[in-house]
Formats: sequence, structure tokens, C-alpha cells
Amino acid sequence: MKFDIIVAGVGGQGVLSVSAVIASAAMEEGLQVKQSEVHGMAQRGGAVLANLRLSDRPIASDLIAHGRASLVLGMEPLEVLRYLEYLAPDGTVITSIHAVKNIAEYPPLDDVLAAIRRLPHAVLIDGDTLAREAGSLRAVNMVMVGAASRVLPIRPETLEHFIATRFRSKGDQVVQQNLQAFRAGREAAAA
Amino acid sequence: MADAVLLGDEAVALGAIHAGLTASYAYPGTPSTEITEFLLGYAARHGRPHAAWASNEKTAFEEALGVCFVGRRALVSMKHVGLNVAADPFMNAALVAPHGGLVVAVADDPGMHSSQNEQDSRYYADFARIVCFEPADQQEAYDMTREAYEVSERFRIPVMVRLVTRLAHARSIVRLGEPRPENPLAKPPQTTSWILLPVNARRQWKALLARQGELRDYAGGSPYNRLTEGSGRFGVITTGIARNYYLENVDDLDSKPWHLHVGVYPAPTPLIRRFTEQVDRVLVLEDGYPFVERQLRTLLPTRYTVMGRETGEVSIDGELTPDTVRQALGLPVAAGVSIDAMMPPPARPPQLCQGCPHGDSYRALKEAVASVDEAVVTSDIGCYTLGALPPYSAIESCVCMGASVGMAKGAADAGFHPAFAVIGDSTFLHSGVTGLMDAVAANTDMTLVILDNGTVGMTGAQPTVLPSSRIQTLVMGLGVDPDHCHVLSAHPRHAAENADVLKREMAHHGLSVVVLVRECLEVVREHKAATRASGAQPVAQGATS
Ligand code: SF4
Repeated sequence: MKFDIIVAGVGGQGVLSVSAVIASAAMEEGLQVKQSEVHGMAQRGGAVLANLRLSDRPIASDLIAHGRASLVLGMEPLEVLRYLEYLAPDGTVITSIHAVKNIAEYPPLDDVLAAIRRLPHAVLIDGDTLAREAGSLRAVNMVMVGAASRVLPIRPETLEHFIATRFRSKGDQVVQQNLQAFRAGREAAAA
Repeated sequence: MADAVLLGDEAVALGAIHAGLTASYAYPGTPSTEITEFLLGYAARHGRPHAAWASNEKTAFEEALGVCFVGRRALVSMKHVGLNVAADPFMNAALVAPHGGLVVAVADDPGMHSSQNEQDSRYYADFARIVCFEPADQQEAYDMTREAYEVSERFRIPVMVRLVTRLAHARSIVRLGEPRPENPLAKPPQTTSWILLPVNARRQWKALLARQGELRDYAGGSPYNRLTEGSGRFGVITTGIARNYYLENVDDLDSKPWHLHVGVYPAPTPLIRRFTEQVDRVLVLEDGYPFVERQLRTLLPTRYTVMGRETGEVSIDGELTPDTVRQALGLPVAAGVSIDAMMPPPARPPQLCQGCPHGDSYRALKEAVASVDEAVVTSDIGCYTLGALPPYSAIESCVCMGASVGMAKGAADAGFHPAFAVIGDSTFLHSGVTGLMDAVAANTDMTLVILDNGTVGMTGAQPTVLPSSRIQTLVMGLGVDPDHCHVLSAHPRHAAENADVLKREMAHHGLSVVVLVRECLEVVREHKAATRASGAQPVAQGATS
């Protein structure tokens, strides 16, 4: 078994925390994990990507090759388009539908979403709305982890455990919001 | 022992700690920053080792040297271009025969994700005639750093551990070993090895050259340099993380090539000879310059063909990826999913945070500059370099740490008026102060603008070595005319006044310094989080926020 994931977003959107939660949970389940991150300049509002590789055998490369990713997980829809060349033909795209329009040439959002919808396996998630309903817009990351949990080779309970661990220091309310967000995302991706 | 999940950077840091590290120094720089961040966190919890940010890589290196002078183990870490700043102590440290282990961890940035060039530090190690380790994964980063201390003390040389971005910033499981205690304090057996007067330096240099055979024997016998048998007459040499990309693809080849992996330098000549005897064609894969490739390709033609970056099988620049290696091996690259609409999507370059104080400073500067036909605005390295991009387009250069100051002086000396230099507070403390000293000495007709946000913003808001409040004292202490030294708040509500001051100082024929102060938003956020966490009432912010 091998499961390569590209997490794509914009600097400041929490791409690294999404990747970290999935990575911790995968390790807990005994999988081998390689997690490659972008630090430095790009984190200032630029395109940010994390390579996350899960396997039941040793993994050599930190980076994912073209056409091999089982999942492109988008925190932002335009960013998904940037990494489609990494998606395997039978791979899945799961993305939030909310645009971060910090560039002048942002194409019409409807066109971006329509292009994604035309892909063979695409799941579009109204992440911001679900996060707000869960009690905090900031929990949108965990909505996306929840949506991804439909295809990840990891049990949802394990993911929930690491979400709780990650937010414990911020208090019980934040933990509950993020767990709620996770479940809402998981629910939405089932539909 | 236990396992830990570590970034490549963190594996180096923990390897050093477990090797009995006493002290560690660095200046923040992507992709090396997390080495020191890990050490600072560890030191906060365990009370040791000593870990600190230094003014720049040169002072960091010299502080590390002092630790070795008294017999203890030191780590100095930096990004590749930081080694240029520390090159003076680095080159000479190779001669002093330290008895306390010294490891120089340098993180290169092939592909220039966050850098102004992609120089390969292995050349520096070769230049200084020392041993260099090049880990391929996080486990090796940990193990090799430990080993590097043994090698340093055994051969009495500094030892380099060379990382690249993808290793530095990737996380994996690392199996840890038993920690070793720190060395006892002990001054050098003879301090003459440290006094590099020509008479001693000649002796030390000869001694270093005499040890080269031992270094080659060590590297030649190291399990990190490994020859794996293949079938046929094709061979691949990998160094560092190139091995991962090779292993990722090798099973797709019809027959298995001979494979030589190099993980520690000087490159193992006998092993390379044995390898080349087996092959007619050699592909060299390195995440960096064609360093081994060039050693293989001697002046005169060889019996075997060498392929790599210099012959175009691998691009001459940029980082390796699983796909570029695949191509070099002659394998087809998978297509991925393609859609016609909106491809390629517009680029999303990094930019200043919404509300960043630099944005306000640049608006004032642009207003001042708009009042003249033409101005020179040199700048420097940090978040504020992003002011070169729209919508600001406010600065015209970014060369190396501190260059803005000297370049504005040069432009003024050459007769250009007005000349502005724009530099951040941390970059100013790193390498701008000496340039300003030159400008003070000549009363150069230029205006230095210091953007003082109280932090090293780009690398993740590390503290500067001196607080903001000291910048003005420092500038005045150098002898800048108090009438032409201003400290202003970079708040949007002062935009018009700030532009006026800049205009006035631009008209003044002589040296002016304008410090624009306002905290980086990241720092403000961290303060708020810290206040919340401690349950304290938020303190009133000063005039500069
Ligand atoms: S991190 Fe600080 S200095 Fe850098 S762009 Fe953001 S606010 Fe400005």
C-alpha cells in the first residue's frame, strides 16, 4: 500500500498543520511516513505545498513524482490546479471552494470550480461555512482533514485523537470546535 | 532507544545534543533556521546546551571556535550564503587543529526556494580541505552529525554536515542513540596551533595537508560510501538525497545499474576506481553543483562516458526531483491529470502580510521619491525585499546581507543623487553597521532608511540581537548628525509626515538616517497569544504599535 498526498494552499492557511495531523495519525497506525514542507519565503502569502507520503513499506523520496498522488487536498481551489500534474489518473481531488484572491489575475472563481468539477474524482467542500457552523472559521483546516478522511488509509478515530492532542493546549472549546469541524467535513464528503 | 519524528534540521540538532554538544550559534536563514529553533526549545526545557542567535554567521562561527578552544563541542549552523559571511573564520579554523569537536551544519538551497543563489557548500569543504558529510535522510542527518564530532576530534578539523532544502524541511522517524556527556573544560595542548602567525600557519597548513591521506582513508572506508553491484555496463553515482530519487525509480529499469553512493567526502577514490572499472557509462546525480561529476571528468578523456549536469542529462541548475532523475535514467515521466482550461494558473508569489508596516514605509518612500525625476533605491534581504514586487515596486536591488548600505554609498560616490538604502533592523545589525561606518566617515550624500520591525520576520519572527530601542543609540554612536537622524512611527496615520521627512532628508546633501519603527504583525500576534496564555491583561502598546 502506498498513498501519496499533495496538500496545496496559500501561505498562512495552515497547510502544514493539515499535513502534520494526517502524518501523526498515519504513524500511529504503523505506516511509514515522509512529510516534506515549505518554509521561508513562500509562507508569506505565496503558493504553499506539502508532500505527504504514506506507505506500509520504506519510502525513499521525500517528494512525490508526477502522476502518482492518490489525493490532492486543496485548501484553496486555484492552488489545486497548480498541482494536477502530480495527480494519479485514478486519484481524488478534495478542495475547499473558497478563494484566496491575493493576486490581481485571479481567474473567475466559477470557472476554476467548474474545471475542478469536471475531473473524474472531485469533491468540493464548502469549508468556510462548515467551519463557521462548527464554531470557528479557523477550524476550516480540520473540515478539510475530515473530508480527506473518506479516502485516507487511516481510521477516523485515529485522526480525531490527533486533532484533540493538537489543540489540547488551546482549551476544551477549541478542541470541540475542531472535532466538530472534522466530522462536518467527513459528513460533507460522503454526500 | 526511543524514536522521534524529526525534520532533517532537527535531526542535526538532536544529533549534536546527543554527541555532547556544549554550545550552538547561528543566524536565522532558510532552510537552516529550524536547527537552532530546536536547540532553543530543547535548552529551554533541559537547561542545556547553550543555544543562541548571533549577529551574523561570522560572529556565530567565532563564538563556536571559542567553545572548541576550551575543549568542548560546538555547533554552528547557517544557510549556504551564510557560509560566505563566515568564510574567513571557516577557512582558518581548518588550520588551528581544534581539540573540541566543531561541526558546521550548512543548509544549501538548490532551486533557490528562499535564497539569492544555489551555491554548493561541498566546494567550501573541499576548499578548506576538511571532511564533509552529506546525509540522504533524517536518520543519516542524526547519525552523521554524531559521527562528525568523532571525526572532528580524531583528525582535529572542523567537519561540515551539508543539508539541502528537501532534507532540512522533511520529517521522518529517527531512531536515537545513547546520549554522550559533554567534554570537560580543557584549554588547547599548545595554543601555538591557534596563533596563525605565518610561522605557525605554515606549519599548521603542512600538518593539515599531511592529514589528507588519513581523511581520504577514513572516507574511503566509511559505510556511508557504498558500492552496490549491478548487471551490465551502466553505472549511477548518487550523492546525498539524490539516492532517494534514484531508489524511487530504479525498479522500473530493465537491468539494475552498478550504484555508488557517496555520503562522506573527500570522495572515495579507490571505491570510485573499482566502480568505473565495471562500467562504460556513468550517470552522476547530485542535488547541487556537478561536484563529483567534475572530479570524475578529468581534463583528458576517460575510458568511460560521464553523464550528468554538464552534459545535459540533468539540468545544469535547479534541484533534483524524482521526475528529473527519472528522465535522466531514460524512463518516461508519468503525465498526471491535465485539463485545458486555465492552465497554467497564474503564479502566486509571496507578498507582504496585509497591514505589514513595511507597506506603509514603502508608500511614504515612494511619495518622497516621486518628487524627483530619478532616484537610486538599493535594498537588502528580508520580508521587505518583497517591496520589489507590485504593488510597491519600491526598491531596486537585493544582493547580499548589508549590501544596500555600501551600494547606496557607491552610487552617491559615483555622483548619483538622491541615493537611498533600505534595510531591515536585523539585516542592519547583521552587516549594515560597517557600511554605515564608511558612510559616516565620508559624510556620504545618501539617506539610509532602516525598517525597524523588531524581529527577523522572513524566517519566522526570531528575536533580533539588539532590541529596537538600541538602533538609534547605535546609529548616533557611530557619529551620524543628530539633526539628520530621525526615528518615526511607520503607522499609516503618519504617512504624510514620514514622506515629508524623507523628502527633506533626500534634499539634504550629506548622510541622513531615518528609522521607521513598527512591530511586525507576527510579533504582535505572538505577544497577544502569549498574553492570552499567561492570562494576563494585555499591556498597553507603545507609541510604535
Ligand atoms: S512577517 Fe512581519 S515583516 Fe514579514 S511581511 Fe508579515 S508583517 Fe511584514
